Amino acid sequence: MAFTRISGTGLAGAFALAIAFGATAASAETSVSIGFQQEPTTLDPTSDATAAIDGIITHNVLESLTVANESGEVLPALAESWTISDDGLTYRFNLRQGVTYHDGTAFDAEDVKFSFDRAMADDSENPTKGIFSPVESVTVIDSHTVEMVLKNPDAFFLFNIARGDASIVAPESVDQLKTAPIGTGAYRFDSWTRGDRLTLAKNPDYRDAADVALDKVVIRFISDPAAASAALLSGELDAFPGFPAPEMLPQFEADPRFTVTMGSTEGEVILAMNNAKPPFDNVEVRRAVSHAIDRAAIIDGAMYGRATPIGSFYPPHGPAYVDLLDTYPHDPDTARAMFEEAGVAGSTMTIRVPPFPYAMRSGEIIQAQLTAAGIDAKVENVEWGFWLDEIYKKQNYDMTIIAHTSPNDMGNFARGKSYFYGFEDPDFTDLWNRISTEADPDTRNDLLRQGQEYLTENAIHGFLFQLPRLGVYDARLRGYWTASPVLYEPRASMSWAE
Amino acid sequence: MSYFIARRLAGFLLTLWAVSVVVFAVMNVLPGDPALTILGIDSTEEARAALRARLGLDQPVILRYLDWVAGALRGDFGESYSFGVPVSGLIAERLPLTFSLALSGMVVTVLLALVLGITAAARHGRPGDWGIMLLSQMGIAIPAFWLSMLLVLLFAVKLRWLPPGGFPGWGDPVAALRSLVLPTAALALVQSAVLARVTRSAALEVMRLDFVRTARATGFGSRHVLWRHVLPNALVPIVTIVGLQFAGLVTGTIVIENVFYLPGLGRLLFQSIANRDLITVQALVMLFAALVVTANFLVDIAYVVIDPRLREARG
Repeated sequence: MAFTRISGTGLAGAFALAIAFGATAASAETSVSIGFQQEPTTLDPTSDATAAIDGIITHNVLESLTVANESGEVLPALAESWTISDDGLTYRFNLRQGVTYHDGTAFDAEDVKFSFDRAMADDSENPTKGIFSPVESVTVIDSHTVEMVLKNPDAFFLFNIARGDASIVAPESVDQLKTAPIGTGAYRFDSWTRGDRLTLAKNPDYRDAADVALDKVVIRFISDPAAASAALLSGELDAFPGFPAPEMLPQFEADPRFTVTMGSTEGEVILAMNNAKPPFDNVEVRRAVSHAIDRAAIIDGAMYGRATPIGSFYPPHGPAYVDLLDTYPHDPDTARAMFEEAGVAGSTMTIRVPPFPYAMRSGEIIQAQLTAAGIDAKVENVEWGFWLDEIYKKQNYDMTIIAHTSPNDMGNFARGKSYFYGFEDPDFTDLWNRISTEADPDTRNDLLRQGQEYLTENAIHGFLFQLPRLGVYDARLRGYWTASPVLYEPRASMSWAE
Repeated sequence: MSYFIARRLAGFLLTLWAVSVVVFAVMNVLPGDPALTILGIDSTEEARAALRARLGLDQPVILRYLDWVAGALRGDFGESYSFGVPVSGLIAERLPLTFSLALSGMVVTVLLALVLGITAAARHGRPGDWGIMLLSQMGIAIPAFWLSMLLVLLFAVKLRWLPPGGFPGWGDPVAALRSLVLPTAALALVQSAVLARVTRSAALEVMRLDFVRTARATGFGSRHVLWRHVLPNALVPIVTIVGLQFAGLVTGTIVIENVFYLPGLGRLLFQSIANRDLITVQALVMLFAALVVTANFLVDIAYVVIDPRLREARG
């Protein structure tokens, strides 16, 4: 039939026309396009805990007094230098001279006081208000000197105030932090097409502007792993620092156009047990669970072999790490005997799993491992809002799987019975107080080792593995971080190889 | 006829009101605290309480519902909990894309389905018919997200003709059109499979009738008979399915927008649910429901236009 043939050609023609316009443009050598799985809803790191905000804004657009480098060392940022009194209570910060915000206004000590007072205020919505709790007062000494007095010494203070939560903002532009932040960083906020991309443009007035190679950093938001993979393969993206699907990495490793990285993070993945609830209030039951777990099998199955096992609650790359992996060797028979001894063999234990791939996959494997040790294990996949409500707030669970991504978070075990672990021991709380107030790094590391040993000894949780940071990069890209010791990553050091 | 339309209109408004109550109720029994979702698990209770107070979440439910409805009637859907900007703005920003996608999906679906369906009917029982039926069977069986991935692998990764996803905005019309080609194809190929089968059987039904034989006997060409006599008389079932498919198409964009990372309403809905941005979810669900209800309303009106007999019957 003639008609259909004509219309068929017409359709094909329209397709061809759409396709013919412009082949895929090669990425210009002065810009980079980076994929993020999660899109932030606001851009204010001081009022929202979304990790992507820090990943994009912190130490790129907004700066803090200090900054951590890739190995977690604290370096000067807006504070050029500082002195600490002998009692560890008084910090005097000398601020950088001649720094201006992206709107041209000058940065001075009043901005520091304003930012800290704002974060510490009663009605503050700062997501990690806890890092400011040791601060007694913030005083402006002169236009470029600030003094902070602490209530008690805080070993992590300089590291903590490098976070996005302690970003320095000006009172004049604070109202637009959520949608168009104005800071002092190497990049200024350029535009944001919600749901698609966010663009940062080089700040020509930045103090080290000559060293900033890229004029433009484009963040693309792609949540689906298959779509992310297609975007990389088609050249639409140059980098994907937190690549969500370990199973898709082999094709990138086999392709010389890409570099695949596996770096460390501060994220300990645990099989949390509700210590407040029987049978997990019994240390023998928790130890039996630890014996039932086979970390190697979990890492192989859930992470395709791409993760480092942990035996306690401390990252393997940290200076105080102790290897406690062999404390509870994997042995279903021992586990079974211990479950029988404790009178829980054959009972039902439910693992409520939040909707993260690492957790869902680990959940199924642990279910099989507990079953092999004589427990009637069940897995219940729950949605994130439900998890926050039922598990985190109401402590209504037996076991769950979760990554704790904050640095220096052993203090979680000192948060008392109302925290979702349902665990409290005054001895450990004392130990943590000593750790967090100890100024001498060697002594502190010793105490941290004791802390790890205590947590493993008492098998508070099942300790599984350190969440890796998997990245896929164009092989010609340079100057990005492989490891992720903090939530932010300065992009000023990125460049293209010649 | 005006009585008929008035009755449909009343039903339309009543449905919307019922939807608003259900949506609001569901949102409020859903577990999950927006403040905890936004501030994260390391936040203090004090900070969460401050945020809840600012969002008005400490007010009684009834008061919040009345506030919401009063605002919605003025076109003010409140301020998004998580984005911190007016919900109406968020929707306005993303509506053009979803609208373009649904429209192009609909147009391609209908064109493709009519051509394939009528062709198959004309070649009833011959290889052309079997071929088209086989293809449409496959189209029905294949999920849209899987087809999307195949299209991306072929046209974006292998051939590099089209972008694998994303939407640059209508500021660059050529780039915008190019980025809509694959999503439209993924939506339309699957949807048109069903419609092609309906078109075919509706056409076959009509082709058996006497007036078609008469038309042929008068000497009209077979093409003329098919498109001018058969198709108009086969339209009622086709329009019914198109109306139903419109709902499928709108919800289909939710999946497609996520696969092709397009910044449309579907993706916004997805994000808002994950963020416990209840006020945005409410507005979006209302909008989607209103679209579907409106489509059904229009289909009812369309019957009357297509089939003069209904005009009298329904007075």
